[in-house]
Amino acid sequence: MRFKFSLLFALLISVVLVLAACSGDGSQSSNDDTSSTDNGEETTNDSSTSEEETSEEPTEATGDQVLVFARGGDSQGLDPGSVTDGESSRVTKQVLETLLDFEADSFEIKPGLAHDWEVSDDGLSYTFYLEEGVTFHDGTEFNAEAVKVNFDRWADPEHEYAFSDAAYVYSMYGTMFGGYKGDEGHVVEEVNVINDHEIEFVLNQPLGFFLQNLAMSYFAITSPAALEEYGSGINENPVGTGPFKFASWTKNDSIVLEKFEDYRKEGLPKLDRVIFQVIPDNSARLIALRSGEVDIMDGLNPDDAAGIESEEGIGLYTRSENNFGYVGFHSQKAPFDQKEVRQAINYAIDKQAIADALYAGYATTSKNPLPPGYLGYNDDVEGYNYNPERARELLEEAGYVDDLEIELMMSPTARPYMPDPETVAQIVQNNLADVGVDVTITSHEWAPYLEMTEQGEHQMYIMGWSGTNGDPDYFLSSLLHSSNIGSSNNTFYNSPEVDELLDQAKRSVDQDERAELYAEAQALISEDSPMVTLVHSTPVLAAGSGVLNYVPHPSTSESLEEVELAQ
Amino acid sequence: MLIPVLLGMTIITFSIVHLIPGNPAQVILGEAATAEAIADLEESMGLNEPYWVQYGIYFMDLLQGDLGTSLRSKAEISSEIWPHLAATIELTIFAMIFAIVIGVNAGIISAWKQNSWFDFLAMIIALVGVSMPVFWLALMEQWIFAQELGWLPAYGRQDSRDPIAAITQFYVLDSLIHLDFERAFTILKHLVLPAIALGTIPMAIIARMTRSSMLEVMKSDYIRTIRAKGGSQFLVIYKHALKNAIIPILTVIGLQTGVLLGGAILTETIFSWPGIGRYVYEAISFRDYPVIQSGILVIAFIFVMVNLIVDIMYKIIDPRIKY
Amino acid sequence: MGTSKIKKHAEQQANPMNLEEIELEEQEAISPWKDTFKRLRKNRFAIIGFTIILFFILLGLLAPVLSSYTYEEQNLANRLHPPSEEYWLGADHIGRDIFTRIAYGARVSLQVGFFAVTGALVFGTLLGILAGYFGRWIDMLISRIFDILLAFPSILLAIAIVAILGPSLENALIAIAIVNIPIFGRLVRSKVISLREEEYIMAAKAQGMKSGRILFHHILPNSIAPIIVQATLSFGTAILEAAALGFLGLGVQPPTPEWGQMLADSRDFIQLAPWTLFAPGISIMLVVLGFNLIGDGLRDALDPKMKH
Repeated sequence: MRFKFSLLFALLISVVLVLAACSGDGSQSSNDDTSSTDNGEETTNDSSTSEEETSEEPTEATGDQVLVFARGGDSQGLDPGSVTDGESSRVTKQVLETLLDFEADSFEIKPGLAHDWEVSDDGLSYTFYLEEGVTFHDGTEFNAEAVKVNFDRWADPEHEYAFSDAAYVYSMYGTMFGGYKGDEGHVVEEVNVINDHEIEFVLNQPLGFFLQNLAMSYFAITSPAALEEYGSGINENPVGTGPFKFASWTKNDSIVLEKFEDYRKEGLPKLDRVIFQVIPDNSARLIALRSGEVDIMDGLNPDDAAGIESEEGIGLYTRSENNFGYVGFHSQKAPFDQKEVRQAINYAIDKQAIADALYAGYATTSKNPLPPGYLGYNDDVEGYNYNPERARELLEEAGYVDDLEIELMMSPTARPYMPDPETVAQIVQNNLADVGVDVTITSHEWAPYLEMTEQGEHQMYIMGWSGTNGDPDYFLSSLLHSSNIGSSNNTFYNSPEVDELLDQAKRSVDQDERAELYAEAQALISEDSPMVTLVHSTPVLAAGSGVLNYVPHPSTSESLEEVELAQ
Repeated sequence: MLIPVLLGMTIITFSIVHLIPGNPAQVILGEAATAEAIADLEESMGLNEPYWVQYGIYFMDLLQGDLGTSLRSKAEISSEIWPHLAATIELTIFAMIFAIVIGVNAGIISAWKQNSWFDFLAMIIALVGVSMPVFWLALMEQWIFAQELGWLPAYGRQDSRDPIAAITQFYVLDSLIHLDFERAFTILKHLVLPAIALGTIPMAIIARMTRSSMLEVMKSDYIRTIRAKGGSQFLVIYKHALKNAIIPILTVIGLQTGVLLGGAILTETIFSWPGIGRYVYEAISFRDYPVIQSGILVIAFIFVMVNLIVDIMYKIIDPRIKY
Repeated sequence: MGTSKIKKHAEQQANPMNLEEIELEEQEAISPWKDTFKRLRKNRFAIIGFTIILFFILLGLLAPVLSSYTYEEQNLANRLHPPSEEYWLGADHIGRDIFTRIAYGARVSLQVGFFAVTGALVFGTLLGILAGYFGRWIDMLISRIFDILLAFPSILLAIAIVAILGPSLENALIAIAIVNIPIFGRLVRSKVISLREEEYIMAAKAQGMKSGRILFHHILPNSIAPIIVQATLSFGTAILEAAALGFLGLGVQPPTPEWGQMLADSRDFIQLAPWTLFAPGISIMLVVLGFNLIGDGLRDALDPKMKH
């Protein structure tokens, strides 16, 4: 009997071992694979070895400043040029730097790796004077050649570091600079290295927001030596000039950054270690903050924010408005090809109620498809205040009395501009029922949803937009210029007048002139009502009271170089 | 038998993946994607090839042990998948330990004290346990033990401030290798809530099966004799019962491994556990074809292997069982 | 069903069929069911199970009578309202009455369970019979398909199927049905194989009776007991699976109330309004418990010798 008893445990253990062994095979072979194809070292292994050296120290040295930043999702990759998601740039912002930078809490331009710059009068030539004595984390020197290598890499799919065959696409570059090398709309004619610390960009047409673009975290400079060393593994081994250097990445869990001792700014960064921890569950993230397991949490549920305001030991932060959520119409499809119907729906939706119910007041109703504070924001636009009577009248004018049936498409995936699209859809459904419009909601997964709205399979849909470079063009042109029908203009709004205004504004380098043009465009758009702009949300964050000097940036990526922890 | 099943699985996973609507290039680039950018990315991801070519490439790669490259992270899946898999296996093992220890003992005591209040209570708990929506249990655990009482952590595998230098990716094992017992304790604490959530259903099943097999045992002449003699019979019966508990335990391991590996998706989401369930689930929403394919395949493969082992175990324990 | 009874059956079937015989057979078939009911009535747990299910059926049917709200009726001013006279189980995050939504949700869950199990049962039984009765390559093919389907964790497979078909109640239902097909298929197949070798079937075959007739008149009726037990137990599993899909946002289209989805909606409010999570979770658990109790009871009643 004793034998049988021990047999049970032997069995259990053997199951465990076999489990371990059979899956161990997989990872073993992958190790061989990665080393033989020279695809960069395997991250997890790499990290564990590099960590082994360092992890002993921090546990012993108690004075170390370790900050844990909790967020809802993992980064896609850490090569800033080839990603578009906020979770990636949040991390790359710490590791790599851009030529220009944004002010801590706005999209004002300030020096970055370039301390000075000059623009020619025709707006076709930009010269940048680079910081001297800056080194990358791998010890190589930062210079004009490095800048050129990076821009060439993004612009030219044939470039040796473009890694096109490993599925690297620099879509943000294409979007912001009008395409790639050889494309008609590509504005960057050439990039000239004048000397080690001077570089010139020659454009073939003026671009009103060229400087803004250069401050975007997507256009951060990677060490050419690292590109050579890691090849297409660069997105798991970022090497830049930033305040923190990359240490390790456990996918879907955490990214560890270490202080870069030779950072160009004296006395910075103040933290020794930054850890980006993925906690997808909103309430778990808040529990972790309360218990002190993490220091900063992104994506606080607005409803929880009110309670936290009064809570001791936790500070509440908001990002400035840099987005808006909307209900869009397919403006070329019945019944929304009738302006009256679009306006009627706009009147029928109670935007304030949505702002209150869904964002607990951490949102303002929006009347323009542009956040307030942006260049050319038109505050004189009347907008559509909640007015169900007026909505009924307009519907009647258009020939609909209680017999309009509409399909509202949405995807329940939470986005920065809208934490809960499903609830918004249900409130809209309710609002429209009040004016005699029968709405059927169809919910789709995010992936097919994007495709369907792009191809115009919708009547009415829920979407939103977030700014990246602080320029109105990124909102207005992307969403409403007819040339973007089929990609980002999902309302299929086609107004030659608005197109003309937006084109002029894009080419102008006189910011006042641009402001006027954009203001004019907004008035026209509001009248046409291709979309119901709902709210500009102010995303809420929370941090332990020990966290000092933390300033959330509207773009969702902020440098943590100044941040420190009170002892 | 194994080969056609495995082959069938590759075909099914491949078909599943390519039947799913939605374009990975589109998702990766998001709302702001231009049509050209999407086309470029599709091209470079090899999504323009005919399906049979894509399947051929996939299958030949598999034969060489290459699970492909994630479209989203551009990383080798074989290197990405192991930490996720280890996280889930570790969780599953602890869930099973919980299920077996509690289930077997509750079952034995219930049978021993048949119709007592303990028996009644244990069987009610077991009945409720079998019917439990795991995700709800997980939420309730999180609410009570992490939020209200603050006894246990609500997320993750370890203290994020001080990440482990992972060797095997089984964190408990790793911390023991480092002889860092304090860390091992922290890691165990992180395991408690998710393991209980995941282990509740198998626990309940094991408890019920053990109880009924124990009741049979108690009717046997051997036990009756011992019982009649009085004295310290409990221990004897206990040992005897344990031997009998092996069959239900094995059965449950065989049946539930798949459920645990796959069903862990929900537990992993709620407890922010970086496991394979979440890895595959996120890949589905991102339309990361290679990860969906290989992830599901790896899970199914493990499940098939575990069942194979369980079948062999049956034969070793009781040669009379035929399959 | 004891072997003696089956043998008696076989003797009857050896004769050419006539009307009388059929009637006789039907009577024969009824009496064991009476026994079953008797035994079931004595099983206290099964009675509890029936009570629970009856309660939820009534709740679903009477939802419009029991509640003065509709399930989609919002009152944003009362969002996350705690349980009160006005809102028996509180109000959710857009001020809808949770009790009303639970009641209407009962309809959804029971429907999903019913149709998913029926689908799985019909197709599983058909495939199982084909495999078991004809054997050879048909068995080979069908059994391998079952093996393959069973090798995938059911939730994962269901998620993948819903991803293919698009999220909706019908598709969730189809996914759950597909996932459960092999469970019935295997059960029926093994039963058929064991019956196939019985004397009376051999006799019928020898007499040149058509396959279809043998299958539907003899083999199927004799496999019905384990199928019923499995169907009852699967009813509970199907509801759990549907709730899990709903929780992941792959179930019904809003505003239709579904318990799993109600949990997902309320998840973010666990700290502010934990009551929003109680009712949906407990409802799911109770319904599944109900079916499990009935299933256990049926198993014991149908075959008192069979021990699980």
